[in-house]
Amino acid sequence: MNFLDNIFFALLLAIGIGYFTINVKKLIRNIKLGQDVDRSDNSSERWKNMAMIALGQSKMVKRPIAGFLHIIVYVGFVIINIEVIEIIIDGLFGTHRVLSFMGVFYDILIGSFEVLAFLVLVAVVVFWIRRNVTKLARFTSSDLNGQPKNDANYILYFEMVLMTLFLVMNAADFHLQNLGISHYNSVGSFPISQFIAPIFNGMSEGSVVIIERAAWWLHIAGILVFLNYLYFSKHLHILLAFPNTYFADLNAKGKLNNLESVTNEVKLMMDPNADPFAAPANPDAVPAKFGASDVQDLNWVQLLNAYSCTECGRCTSSCPANQTGKKLSPRKIMMDTRDRLEEVGRNIDLNKGVFVEDGKSLLNDYITPEELWACTTCNACVEECPINISPLSIIIEMRRYLVMEQSAAPMELNNMMSNIENNGAPWPYNQMDRLNWVNE
Amino acid sequence: MSENLIVPTMAEMMAQGKQPEILFWVGSAGSFDDRAKKITRAFVKILNKANVNFAVLGTEESCTGDVAKRAGNEFLFQMQAFMNIELLNAYEVKKIVTCDPHSFNCLKNEYPSLGGNYEVLHHTQFIQQLLKEGRIDFNKDTYKGSRVTFHDPCYLGRANSEYQAPREILSQTNADVVEMKRSKSSALCCGAGGAQMFKEPEKGNMDINVLRTQDALETNPNIIATGCPYCNTMMTDGVKFAHKENEIKVLDIAEIIANAQNL
Repeated sequence: MNFLDNIFFALLLAIGIGYFTINVKKLIRNIKLGQDVDRSDNSSERWKNMAMIALGQSKMVKRPIAGFLHIIVYVGFVIINIEVIEIIIDGLFGTHRVLSFMGVFYDILIGSFEVLAFLVLVAVVVFWIRRNVTKLARFTSSDLNGQPKNDANYILYFEMVLMTLFLVMNAADFHLQNLGISHYNSVGSFPISQFIAPIFNGMSEGSVVIIERAAWWLHIAGILVFLNYLYFSKHLHILLAFPNTYFADLNAKGKLNNLESVTNEVKLMMDPNADPFAAPANPDAVPAKFGASDVQDLNWVQLLNAYSCTECGRCTSSCPANQTGKKLSPRKIMMDTRDRLEEVGRNIDLNKGVFVEDGKSLLNDYITPEELWACTTCNACVEECPINISPLSIIIEMRRYLVMEQSAAPMELNNMMSNIENNGAPWPYNQMDRLNWVNE
Repeated sequence: MSENLIVPTMAEMMAQGKQPEILFWVGSAGSFDDRAKKITRAFVKILNKANVNFAVLGTEESCTGDVAKRAGNEFLFQMQAFMNIELLNAYEVKKIVTCDPHSFNCLKNEYPSLGGNYEVLHHTQFIQQLLKEGRIDFNKDTYKGSRVTFHDPCYLGRANSEYQAPREILSQTNADVVEMKRSKSSALCCGAGGAQMFKEPEKGNMDINVLRTQDALETNPNIIATGCPYCNTMMTDGVKFAHKENEIKVLDIAEIIANAQNL
């Protein structure tokens, strides 16, 4: 009988981890659809950023309430994973609380898990209230209508259920330990669940054992389901925040990249000795496109950004265009990028590994020029992002496409640009008048 | 406004076989915009007073291309950049100072990979240095009793993490310096960046400069201090929109110091 349990557990684990692995592979493939960009430099600074920002949550606490609650949930999540190790060993080998040989240390461990589980429960309830009762503006804006809003709540419900199951499991265990039932040795300490345990008074031993086992199975099954839900959810950030902060742009925020393909063209144009009829040295060097109209034109870090976005909306709530009622929402830029990338990924899956043109693109079908032209490039969104995502870099790439491929800049900007071309200033003044201010 | 400014050009310097300590990059706004020209003149007064050995490019200067780049026209940006770099390198320029945070950011961060490597300072950083070195002096009582609030330009602050230089200068004026609720890294944009200066804003329920001016007005200031010609225009318009132009002045840091020098 016990033997069957173990096999069933191993099967469950294999399915859970197997399906997760398949989706991670898909994730990596999709991210690699992006253009290449070199982020292999400065590894020490990159590790430091990852340690401070992803592990140390340094940017989360800029909004103290959300930051503090987030740290509780985060620490709870990380530490409770140690408990999962024990559950897996117990499940595979039919042991019970196998790590209890650690004695006092085990008591401390279980005790702290309990306290954290309780705090996580409290934090998650507060999060739920912020989203659904007090309705914080950034959680109720139209960006989140539909699935994103449900997604956020599902995650909260999931965490509530998982933490409750963990505490019920411990409470039942504690009750059975006190009764001296064999298999339930007196181990661990239960600072929280000891207060739940009295509900089992008067229940038959068998029922409590069933409750303990049920909570145990549901807890681990829940964790595996949650693990697999990640791929379909904004909760993917718990994994991707780490690579995302590692690969983030290290330059000053004001620095936009210089397009190398353009440099080659401009040099050729400006070189008096260049032979305009000469065949280009390397015809493949000219890219198909300047700027980006679809996800494949973005670089892989921007695509990683899209998958890492937690949809917290700190970017949008700090965006000056958004605050003054313009259509631009940096969060939506990231969500659109991910949605389109997923669509492209599904297309590739359906067509045996190759993308078949679907007549759609990130530009227009997801992100409109109106949104792109509302951006002041002020970097508030980049500054705010708790995990160093840059919506601005995507906006600029798409403006480049609009201007250089489609000549579709707003008319006033076209005037400004022709002024620069003709007079070396964005205004229609003669370059020879540049020094007039001296004598005014 | 007829005081004589001494403004040598690089071409004149070169003809005399001289090399200035710094190149003052005036920028298009500083050369052509009527409001910004006053900032340019104020900064030159400070340079003259401190006997800084500087020069400008004059009619040889051209747009940095910053605004074209942010609008998405990388071609035009690089054309401008290569032209400017060729000129700057021909004059063997080492150090550049500018009153425009957009030019500052562009010259400092975006020119190097195209072959233009210079030490670039914003004028507030340079004035701060002059003060530190005791090269300039001003009447500390000019602003005694005034309330001043500083609006951080995005391209100096968030884009290049310079929040201190303008504040240190203001702290020496004996004015009452008050911070807006959104300041430094969380400052709100004036609404002009990213080529917005040259177009109508997209449809919304308010203009960004009006919202930003509200932040400033909440501090109940006599002076709104700026460090960017675009911010200056936007905040000036915002103050007019609030009908406060008789009570509140919008002044660049350079003007604040030059005024206190009784120049």
